[in-house]
Amino acid sequence: MAKAKTIKNIGQGVGKDVRHDSAHKHVTGEAVYIDDMPLLPGLLHLQPGLSTHAHANIKALDLSAVRAATGVVCVLTHEDIPGVNDVSPTGSGDDPIFAVDKVVYAGQAIFAVAATSLAAARNAAALAKIDYEELPAVLTIADAKAQDADLEPAQLMVLGATKDALFTAEHQLKSSLRIGGQDHFYLESQAAQCVPGEDGDLTVYSSTQHPSEVQHLIAHMLDRDSHAVNVQIRRMGGGFGGKETQAALIAAMAALASAKTGRPARLVLDRDDDMVMTGKRHDFEIDYKVGFDSEGRLNGVMFDMASRCGSSMDLSAAINDRAMFHADNAYFLNNAQIVSRRLRTNTVSNTAFRGFGGPQGMMAIERVMDDIALHLGKDPLAVRRINLYGEKGRNQTPYGQFVRGNLAPQIIDQLAKDADYDQRRAAARAFNAKNRYIKKGIALTPVKFGISFTTTFLNQAGALVHVYADGSVHLNHGGTEMGQGLFTKVAQVVAHEFAIDLDQIKISATATDKVPNTSATAASAGTDLNGMAAQNAARTIKDRLIAFAAQEAECAQEDVIFADGEIRANDKKWSFAALVKAAYLARISLSSTGYYATPEIHYDRSIHDGWPFYYYAFGAALSEVEVDTLTGENRIVRVDIIHDVGRSLNPALDIGQIEGGFVQGAGWLTSEELVFDDQGVLRTHAPSTYKIPACSDRPPVFNVSLFEGENNVDSVHRSKAVGEPPLMLAISVFSAINDAVASVADYKHAPDLHAPATPESVLRAINNLPTNQSTPKS
Amino acid sequence: MRDTVEFWLNGELVRVQNPDPTQTLLNYLRQTRALTGSKEGCAEGDCGACTLVIADPDARNDDGVWRALNACIAFLPTLDGKTVITVEGLAKNGQLHPVQQALVDYHGSQCGFCTPGFVMSLYAHYRNKGAVDDACLNDVLAGNLCRCTGYAPIIRAAKAMYDYPAIEEFELKPAPSQQTLALTMTDPISGAVKRYFAPRTLDALAQTYEQNPDAVIVAGSTDVGLWVSKGRKVLETLIDIGKVAGFADITPAADGLTINAGARYSDAHAAIADKWPSLSELVRRIGSTQIRNAGTIGGNIANGSPIGDMPPALIALGAELILRKGEVRRQIKLEDFFIAYGKQDRVAGEFVEAVFVPKPKPNQRFVTYKISKRFDQDISAVCAAFALILDGEKVQSIRIAYGGMAGIPARANKAEAILLGQSWNEENVRAAMAALADDFTPLSDMRASAQYRLQAAQNLLFKFWLDKSDAPYLAREQAHG
Repeated sequence: MAKAKTIKNIGQGVGKDVRHDSAHKHVTGEAVYIDDMPLLPGLLHLQPGLSTHAHANIKALDLSAVRAATGVVCVLTHEDIPGVNDVSPTGSGDDPIFAVDKVVYAGQAIFAVAATSLAAARNAAALAKIDYEELPAVLTIADAKAQDADLEPAQLMVLGATKDALFTAEHQLKSSLRIGGQDHFYLESQAAQCVPGEDGDLTVYSSTQHPSEVQHLIAHMLDRDSHAVNVQIRRMGGGFGGKETQAALIAAMAALASAKTGRPARLVLDRDDDMVMTGKRHDFEIDYKVGFDSEGRLNGVMFDMASRCGSSMDLSAAINDRAMFHADNAYFLNNAQIVSRRLRTNTVSNTAFRGFGGPQGMMAIERVMDDIALHLGKDPLAVRRINLYGEKGRNQTPYGQFVRGNLAPQIIDQLAKDADYDQRRAAARAFNAKNRYIKKGIALTPVKFGISFTTTFLNQAGALVHVYADGSVHLNHGGTEMGQGLFTKVAQVVAHEFAIDLDQIKISATATDKVPNTSATAASAGTDLNGMAAQNAARTIKDRLIAFAAQEAECAQEDVIFADGEIRANDKKWSFAALVKAAYLARISLSSTGYYATPEIHYDRSIHDGWPFYYYAFGAALSEVEVDTLTGENRIVRVDIIHDVGRSLNPALDIGQIEGGFVQGAGWLTSEELVFDDQGVLRTHAPSTYKIPACSDRPPVFNVSLFEGENNVDSVHRSKAVGEPPLMLAISVFSAINDAVASVADYKHAPDLHAPATPESVLRAINNLPTNQSTPKS
Repeated sequence: MRDTVEFWLNGELVRVQNPDPTQTLLNYLRQTRALTGSKEGCAEGDCGACTLVIADPDARNDDGVWRALNACIAFLPTLDGKTVITVEGLAKNGQLHPVQQALVDYHGSQCGFCTPGFVMSLYAHYRNKGAVDDACLNDVLAGNLCRCTGYAPIIRAAKAMYDYPAIEEFELKPAPSQQTLALTMTDPISGAVKRYFAPRTLDALAQTYEQNPDAVIVAGSTDVGLWVSKGRKVLETLIDIGKVAGFADITPAADGLTINAGARYSDAHAAIADKWPSLSELVRRIGSTQIRNAGTIGGNIANGSPIGDMPPALIALGAELILRKGEVRRQIKLEDFFIAYGKQDRVAGEFVEAVFVPKPKPNQRFVTYKISKRFDQDISAVCAAFALILDGEKVQSIRIAYGGMAGIPARANKAEAILLGQSWNEENVRAAMAALADDFTPLSDMRASAQYRLQAAQNLLFKFWLDKSDAPYLAREQAHG
């Protein structure tokens, strides 16, 4: 541990609104993504050939016309794989790179063409003749439930004694909620390029959140050691969880083409192919029963969750676990029974997506709060407040962890006050009383999100810092940059340690030959883990410099001061570069790895009990919407947010994550609808049919502020993770739409509203209200 | 004749001899020129990551000289004679353009992949000296999707872009050549001989098409571009109408407005806004700025789509279509052009020359509504258009047309019949709403179910009755709720 004093807030260190390190390159078009890399001589372009059936035996696969087509160099199938034909992230063995004799979803890769141009590859891929024998397909959650198509045994989490609590409660309700999936729609589709080297070694450029996993899976595929494969990624054009596991399939195909031909190979998915081939957010159906008192306080709740996992395991176990972990959101459930089924269907295998199951779990409990309020004729915010986690006796989660550092009550109070909740709610009701067809809705919902991978061993990270003899610094760590600003924040941490300017630090591509065995950049933990690892690496070097400076100045190590690009000790003073140069000449190592493992956490999944989260991040949002009850069209009018990021490393980047996460969440719950037809074919596989928020969908009034308060968690500079939690602030939009719909029946009935709240979904909910006084009956 | 495509790229004259006529501008830039700043995000003109800016020395354009364009669906030869600016061309001598600097300063990029497209959309707007209020920017950026930022910082940057000192800019240059362009090449992959014609007069167009009735006519290729990028079709003969003199003209006359088939949405927007405010808002919601800078009203009719937004509106207005084959012209009612799904009243070699829109009649109320999952830049689930003339409280004339309700855009004949000559009251309107179920049997698809389409169509008629103004969107009717 560095003993020297470092003056805070030097240059562009922590806590500053430093720009994204690549901002300049983004706006000039100079930032290089994989498809922008120079076209190497002999480069092969790949196009996969996809199944058109959801479930079928491949009776005959005739690729002769594909092989004979102009420009084709080779055609790859499972027979070309020397090692293991699998890219499953958890070793479940159910994610073949190429289908063998059966396809299990429409969009599954059967072969890939490698050709001298992309046009040639795509032309050739269309010439395959595939004879299918159709098999019965399980497509929906209902189908899968009926057929007991569970990927793993249903999981159970219990708090207290639920059944008694429900039966003895003064009030009881039961209902259900359907929650649609979501495509990541990263603007850069999945992409990889492989360049072969000597000894058959491969360098793979992969647009991935998880380079180590891509490395290991490619090695297994090729029956090689991991040391033969180096995976690199400088930046992704968006990830959002979609490139945590799904990137491996694309990288594997490029690597296989290179291994087979000895030529560089590139695979960049066409948008439509990307959307049908790769996994999405899980859609859920959640049945619930709830018992409560006349104040709306929960006696107990039972959730029966079921999710469509698709054709393979992928990360569905952990994702559905997180849905259970967040079925409490910020509330003490008193007594709870949470059952979660993970269903295998003949659809693309669903995967990680910002929030990782948490958003679906939270949707259910927030719906419960709204239902209780409507049932009792109370303000939903009052019901929410009365159920928040509290002091001893009201602070245990269904998975055993106690909620510490609970900021939800404080944030809600502040937001309700700052954004005039009471007054605006009254105004909305007054408006609705006067207007028959346009209705306003308003809702304030909190977020409490657990930070850490719930698979405990993943909570580790490594970094590598070199200081060159001229005082410039090379920074590397296991985290990946997908736009969130991780590289900038980690560089700020290192700049702070050395008390130097950011431009003295070279940020470099994530590479498996620099930092090995990394975890995915996921679970919002990128900065927490890699920032700490980089800080540790920098401190190791700094300690050496301190010892050297103390020796040179003949003073105690405690008296060496790093400040503003200078090091002062006794009567001596060096620039950083001068001290480094002197240390180099004195034969002191100026390079170090750094490592970090999150302390305190543990979890026993077999009984769903433990302390899975290092801490919680909190926030709250107040959304106001308008709904046209004749058409179901709806729009956001105003949003106010207060969000907790601890002591921000970079407020500008953190606010960017909050604004972006919120709008992405609002898209999930309103306009983004995945439609599979009755054959299991995705019909919304391009931006023409799948509608993520556009510019005018952002809230026209959008007030975002960071919660100001102390953070007692020993995290990197006491900051908190920010990647995922803000997405769930958008649940307030859904809840506000629900409020507007409820007004049609004078707030006497809970609307049967399901997500996404498309115009059609909203109009259906209005139609289904028992005392619909609004819509003309036809 | 000339077989070399010539245009100005970031100030430099580019000559490309006999390119594949369906090579996209984006592929040319990225693959041939190694200008990889423009990105491919969707290859169908919906995400805007490939946006660049063009200016056409010959074009009229109500919305400004500098046009944002989706390079992913623009065929290279259609750029002939134009000035093209890509994201690589903006910064000068190491100094960022004000648009770029504002995006940097306001944290307008995160992953950065969409950013060049945003830069270029804003750049076109900057060059056109456009306003930077929310409504205007929402429209300018409707065709640029960002998945990271939630748009807020981009808007903050856009509002500040005029605060930065100006830098040296490219100017619009005259076309390098006035010679007629015609291309012929053999596609190395399909083996097909591909030909491209760019007639420069209307007579030459009529003659070329009569001689090549299998040719595909393109203007902005906002639809045809997808046949190539997504459908992987090999188009053997293309006729580009972009060079036909006078073909983008919009001619006002005493009895109405004649919009020639080559007029782009952005060409016609002001003329339409002048006479039909509600139609103007509908046009604003068609595609995006990039799409309206490329697509033509004539093309939106001629392709016969059941979900194009212009046909129902124009049918309700009583528009007529002027078709031409060789020397022969004929004029038909627009609704008669659409026969069945995929089938129009158009013979081989015949093309849409113009659409004539009668001027608004005194006391005519004309309102359009569009329902889609997303408000901007989406395709209609249902599009409705109503044109009503009241005589006292009796319906003197009513024309009701819908898109998305059948295989073609069509009038609601039974509903109209119920209302014609009757009182314009709730009872009759509800009867007409019920009759819509006899007029239409809509389909279910990924945009909406049949049931929703019918109910929405009915409720839109009700909404039209409720509305006393021509305000087209929610929350504007609160005065009489």
